[in-house]
Amino acid sequence: MINWKLILSIAKTHLITKIKQTSIAALGVTFGIGSYITLVGFMTGLNGMLDDLILNQTPHVHIFNEIEPSEKQPVAIYKEFENAFNIVHSVKPKQTQRKIHNALPIIQHLNKDKLVRGALPQIKTQIFYIAGSIELGGNLTGIEVLKEASLFNFEDYITQGTAESLHISDNGILLGAGIAEKMSLKLGDRVQISTITGDIFPLKIVGIYQSGIADLDNIQSFANLKTVQRILGEPENYITDINVKLYDIENALPLAKKIEQQFNLTAIDINTANAQFETGTTIRNLITYAVSLTLLIVAGFGIYNILNMLIYEKMNDIAILKATGFSGKDVQMIFMTQAIIIGLVGGILGLIIGYILSSVIDQIPFQTEALPTIATYPINYNPWFYVIGISFAMISTFLAGYLPSLKARKIDPVNIIRGQ
Amino acid sequence: MKTVLEARNLNKYFEKPVLFHVLKDINFKVQQSEFVSIMGKSGCGKSTLLYILSTMDTGYKGELYLNDKLITGQPRDELSYIRNKHIGFVFQFHYLLAEFSVLENVMLPAKKLAEKSNTEIKHDAVEKLRILGIENLANKKASRISGGEKQRVAIARALINNPSIIMGDEPTGNLDSYNSENVFNIFKQLSEEQGLSLLVVTHDKDFADKTDRIIEMGDGSIIS
Repeated sequence: MINWKLILSIAKTHLITKIKQTSIAALGVTFGIGSYITLVGFMTGLNGMLDDLILNQTPHVHIFNEIEPSEKQPVAIYKEFENAFNIVHSVKPKQTQRKIHNALPIIQHLNKDKLVRGALPQIKTQIFYIAGSIELGGNLTGIEVLKEASLFNFEDYITQGTAESLHISDNGILLGAGIAEKMSLKLGDRVQISTITGDIFPLKIVGIYQSGIADLDNIQSFANLKTVQRILGEPENYITDINVKLYDIENALPLAKKIEQQFNLTAIDINTANAQFETGTTIRNLITYAVSLTLLIVAGFGIYNILNMLIYEKMNDIAILKATGFSGKDVQMIFMTQAIIIGLVGGILGLIIGYILSSVIDQIPFQTEALPTIATYPINYNPWFYVIGISFAMISTFLAGYLPSLKARKIDPVNIIRGQ
Repeated sequence: MKTVLEARNLNKYFEKPVLFHVLKDINFKVQQSEFVSIMGKSGCGKSTLLYILSTMDTGYKGELYLNDKLITGQPRDELSYIRNKHIGFVFQFHYLLAEFSVLENVMLPAKKLAEKSNTEIKHDAVEKLRILGIENLANKKASRISGGEKQRVAIARALINNPSIIMGDEPTGNLDSYNSENVFNIFKQLSEEQGLSLLVVTHDKDFADKTDRIIEMGDGSIIS
């Protein structure tokens, strides 16, 4: 039977009379937890931002018609040469159309799928931007801009103008920031583009697009699906790409495989397309956790040290408590309670300090050409970090307090009383 | 007369540094309200005996009875409880908890026993301090009072749970003659007026001569 009220009051008296040591021990925990919260919030915030930079713009499954040679050359299916050794020189890609056959029904079919959040048509085409006598090569992509904005955060990358203004404009273009700079064009100006076949169209700049990836911004522009179809002189069912966004990214690979089989198209899932990217994220997370863990372990040793010293100082007290009828367990609980109080107070203070530091970092301006949508350093305020932080504070102080308190439990009062 | 404490065939060995027979076949009884002192030269084993009798040292052979109940071989928690309820201690060095007030020091064993409410315990503690004439010190910190006062606080603490026996390990060894006298008188009074048994290890011949009985020890045995 343990009298918790009594044990708590003794622990409290010990802590308060040694307030200096107590605060140093608690500050160790506070520092550890505070920096863990700050670090992990900042690092995962940055990670998240970098992830978004790629992932938001990348469809989970990208469906298109690959230009490639036939896997089986005609001679292989010719019965008479079945057992012969056939050599085909200068294999050419199969003659095929760039557009996806029956694209609109496929999109409808995909949109009905429960796993799919949205499937959007795109038309990708090569064009030239014409500035006087100079022609700059580039890409024009026809999109359903409002749906792109809602599914792929497209609006984040429009630095001037709005998605809405492109949507309502029949001959508008969202010009890449790099090209706009090269050609000294600004919002409201007109730009002439020419298709590969040589037709020239004037388009009005209703917005500037900046992805943060310079190579892309130097060539890429966007227009409405219908505008591009008109420029190319193609009908309304002319679609070259379908971008699919899923509810769960894990379903990307199976869905891509299914689409490839079902429709005889090429479908690439996001994980295959960005494998190296995934690795980077994993390693950055690993570093974050390694550093945080180190901080917390250092704090744990601080507590261990201070409790150990406290117990050496309190040898006489331990002996007298035991002589007057406190059991070894009572004495152990007195010191465990102190460790846990230090952990709890230090941990909660750490969470508060971590939150304050995070908020401060969140206010620091962070403007870079590469990241048009970011104004301040990104911070991840995931509540799980706070749960992990306080749990770790409790666990580490518990462990750090356990060994010294076990020693206190085992101290033989006779040895101390006689030793004087 | 009722026997409070009885030792039967107590033997103890120290194994380090070499095997040494400290206590040899100790047999004795302490009756209710008897004031017994144990005397002997340094190293004759009298303190060792006291710690065995106090239940803190369990590494011995033989049997120990408190109020006719065998306490040899009881689990540690049970022994803690017995110390708490039935045995009061006074040491040579005063061993108060320095961070606590005098009153809290006296109250602690009773709070541990938890048989009474906090207000009752406090009332008892003040009462014990009053018996010892130091109730004016109640709210002082234990580290701020004189040696003689500390020893009286220690006695008050030993009394708080109304134990069957009080044991002392040279309780006056560290006090001047005035305070020694004082402590002796308190012990005497407790034994006479409250029927308390006392067992005190001492070097002080004058002190021992005034007690009811002297157990003289030499080389681990009782001589007389």
